[in-house]
This record gives sequence, C-alpha cells and structure tokens, in this order.
Amino acid sequence: MAAAQEEKREEKKFSIWDLPDVPEKLPPHLEFARTRVQCNLDAPVHTESITYSGAYASMRVDNSVQLDFFQEKFRVEVKRLTKDDMEFDLIGIDPSIANAFRRILIAELPTMAIEKVFIANNTSVIQDEVLAHRLGLIPIAVDPRLFEYISENDSPNEKNTIVFKLHAHCKRGEPRLTVKTKDLIWLPNGSEYLLEGQNPDSSSSSKPKTYTSFSCSQDSLPEFANNPISTLPDITIARLGPGQEIEFEAHAVKGMGKTHAKWSPVATAWYRMLPEVVLLEDIEDEDAEALVKTCPVKVFDIEDIGNGKKKAKVARPRSCTLCRECLRVGEEWEKRVSLRRVKDHFIFTIESTGALPPEVLFTEAVKILEDKCERVFSELS
Amino acid sequence: MEHSAFGDQSNATFSITDEDHTLANAIRFTLNQDSRVTFCGYSIPHPSDALVNVRVQTSGDPAREVLKDACLDLILMCRHVRSTFDKAVDDFKANEGVQEQNIDSKAIEGVQALDIDSESD
Ligand code: SF4
Repeated sequence: MAAAQEEKREEKKFSIWDLPDVPEKLPPHLEFARTRVQCNLDAPVHTESITYSGAYASMRVDNSVQLDFFQEKFRVEVKRLTKDDMEFDLIGIDPSIANAFRRILIAELPTMAIEKVFIANNTSVIQDEVLAHRLGLIPIAVDPRLFEYISENDSPNEKNTIVFKLHAHCKRGEPRLTVKTKDLIWLPNGSEYLLEGQNPDSSSSSKPKTYTSFSCSQDSLPEFANNPISTLPDITIARLGPGQEIEFEAHAVKGMGKTHAKWSPVATAWYRMLPEVVLLEDIEDEDAEALVKTCPVKVFDIEDIGNGKKKAKVARPRSCTLCRECLRVGEEWEKRVSLRRVKDHFIFTIESTGALPPEVLFTEAVKILEDKCERVFSELS
Repeated sequence: MEHSAFGDQSNATFSITDEDHTLANAIRFTLNQDSRVTFCGYSIPHPSDALVNVRVQTSGDPAREVLKDACLDLILMCRHVRSTFDKAVDDFKANEGVQEQNIDSKAIEGVQALDIDSESD
C-alpha cells in the first residue's frame, strides 16, 4: 500500500500536466542574470540591465514593470539624514531612472551664485579674475525658488539679483588678515556703485542710477524680513598682507549646474548598488580566520559552531567596497565566495552645499523629471 | 518634432530639443516596458547640440501615442517615488527624535558609570 502511494507520487513528479501553463518565474540562472551583477576576479558579468518587455517572451515570462507592480514593490529607506547630507536606499527602481535623478541633482537644479563682481580696489596678491572665480564658488544659503532667472535684457532687480559687498583692509604694522565669507555684507537695497556719468551730489529728487534697479528693499519682502541672506560663514576668500586692500561688490543670480558647476546645489550626489556577499560553501577554522583577516572593511565575522570549531559568516555586506581581496585569499577562492550587486537596489547619497536641505533637493529633482515629461507630452498632443 | 514616413504612423523618430540623456534614457526605459513597442532607442547627434532623437517602432499603434503613454508612465512613476520618499523622510524624522533621546540617555548613563569608576579608584 505504502509502496503504491510512493510510486504514485513518483509518477506525479514527472507529469507534464503539473507544470504551470504560464510560468511566473524565470529559471534560477536567468533570474540571477537579470537581477544581479556577478563580480568575478577579472571582471563583472551580467552588467547589462534587461529592460525589453518581451525579453523572456519565449519562456512566456512578462518582463515589463507594470505601474501597479512598481507601486507595490518600490520602497525608500532613509539611513541617515542631517542638515546637509543624507543617505537613503531606493529599492525596486531601474538604473535609468535613478540616474536621471542623479543627473538632475547635479546639473539641473537651480541655485543662486555670484556671477558678476565689480572690483573697486584690489591690491592683494590674488588677481581679480582668480578672486572672482573663488567668489563664484561660494554657496549662498538662500532658497532659489524665491528668485527668477535673469535674462540678457533684464535689468537686475530685487527678484533676480542678490548683492553683497566686501571691504577689507589690512593696516600697516598689523599681522596678516584672513578675509572670510562672513565679511561679505548683504545689500538688500541693491548695488551702491553709481553708473558712470551719475552725479552723486545732484540734488534731483530721483535716486541716482546704480548697477541694479531695485524697486524695493529685499528685507521688506516677507520671505527675507527675519531671515537675512547669507553665505556659509567660514570660507577663506583671501589673505591680505600689511597695506593690502580689497573692495568689491558681488552680484549673485540664479542659474543651473549645467552652465557652470558653481550653480550645482550638491557637493556630490551619487549612488552605488547594494553589495551582496555569499559564501558558496562552509568556510571553517584557518580558512575562516584568513578570510576575516583579508577583508579591509570587516565584512565577515567568525561564528562559533561548537566543538571548538569556527565558521565564517557574512556580517556586514553593505560595507563591501568590491576590492575583491577575498577572492585573492588563495587559489579557487572564487568558487567559495561570490560577490554580487543587486541591480535594482541603489544606495543613494546626497551632499548639499547648503542652499536647500538634501531631502528637499531630491523631491525637487523628481519634480523636474516630471516637468520634462509633461513638456514632451504636451508637445506631442 | 516628429519624423515619420507618410501614411505609416507606427514607426517614427522624435526630435526633442533642450533634452539629453537624463530624459531620453528614462523614456527609453518606459518605452521598452510597453509591449506594443518592437524597437526603441535614442541618439544624440552631436554633444554640443541640445537635441536628442528618440526612435520608436511599434507593432501597429501610432508611435506618437505610445511615446505619450511612456511619458505618462514616467510621470506616474515619479509621483509615486516622490510620495514614497516624502513618507520615508517623515517617518525617519519622527523616529529620529526618539532615537536621539535614547542615545543621549545612554551617553549619560555611560558618564555616570565612569564617574563611579573614578570614585572607586
Ligand atoms: S570584496 Fe573586499 S570589501 Fe568586499 S567582502 Fe571581499 S574583501 Fe571585503
């Protein structure tokens, strides 16, 4: 009786009718190639991302990411968030889209940066053009969304320009003076330098013309009233020797990182794929010790399995840097340790320069991608 | 701008100005996800022109409509990314407050422990 049942089960195992009509899953080796990059000692393999919806049509597996499926699977995990940097995981997203966010963060999010410098006096050892370039790179802590772009024909006004002035003088007989960004003084009323041909002593009722035409003071605007515009305070602009002097006015305007890196709101924005480290066989005793010792970022730990025996285990795969030292422990180690990257799991890091907090930068970047699509969509309609 | 053979709407090239890999690569992904698409790709004719050509070939549907759907898909994906991200950040901020307190109290305990040690010395 029991034997007969056993036989039946055997028979069943081989019945073709038990196979599903439509396989839901790919065979394991293809699924592996689709979702993982395998990092071998010489080179990584399966690096391409297979996006074509019909890539596995011959196996009757649908490779498309339907929207509802995406919405079900996509996750974000914030790992670290401070005033000016953050790290988070984007899980279940294609590299093309993660990369679009990264590119927008670096090159297409606007900020304010110094574009024009009017140098009245500069007797320091720094040449005017070098000084102007240094000033351009100073991050200005102001929300760029409150300003408009200035075009060639626009006159600089309170909506598109921020003016700073600086006057530093190192007197004779004094030690050398370090000029820092906190010495920049915000001029909410605009430029104080008169245009050529203007007479400052003229008693006419109209204001003499300067290099900007502000219709009102910026600090009378509600967004800046209690919140004066400043730069990050502790950046060295120049060093002055005794007798040297710098006096200038700097005009900041809105721009984008693709025009010049000074407008980039991020120091860096990058991602890496989640590392996955797998031990293909049990690694014990001396081998385990050797493995633990070889990894510079301490990915492996030793586990006691009783009887005085030890076994290696993967404890911190996330910190793997892919140096591949563990594959070089000895010959054939490539068959014992497998290093992989998860293709749709991105560890995203954003370092802001200070204009906007990093989480706002990311949401703004996503909005910009949406706007781009909307533009194409409406152009096609 | 659309370039396609007269009378055949299922194959077309679209020239999009003021765009680059950022949009084109993302659009190519969503196009590839659409089962009506038999081929799609993009090229940038010259790196100093702000222009990208997107080629769409379909199994019958008008290429223009398919590209529009791809844009729409991308917009919806972005919206979902944004809402998920905002929620994750809010959750993190809410939990962070608690965590910070925990760390603080631990640090204080540590200090007290140290004090006791030094007294016993
Ligand atoms: S690749 Fe380098 S960092 Fe990664 S587990 Fe091996 S030894 Fe450690």
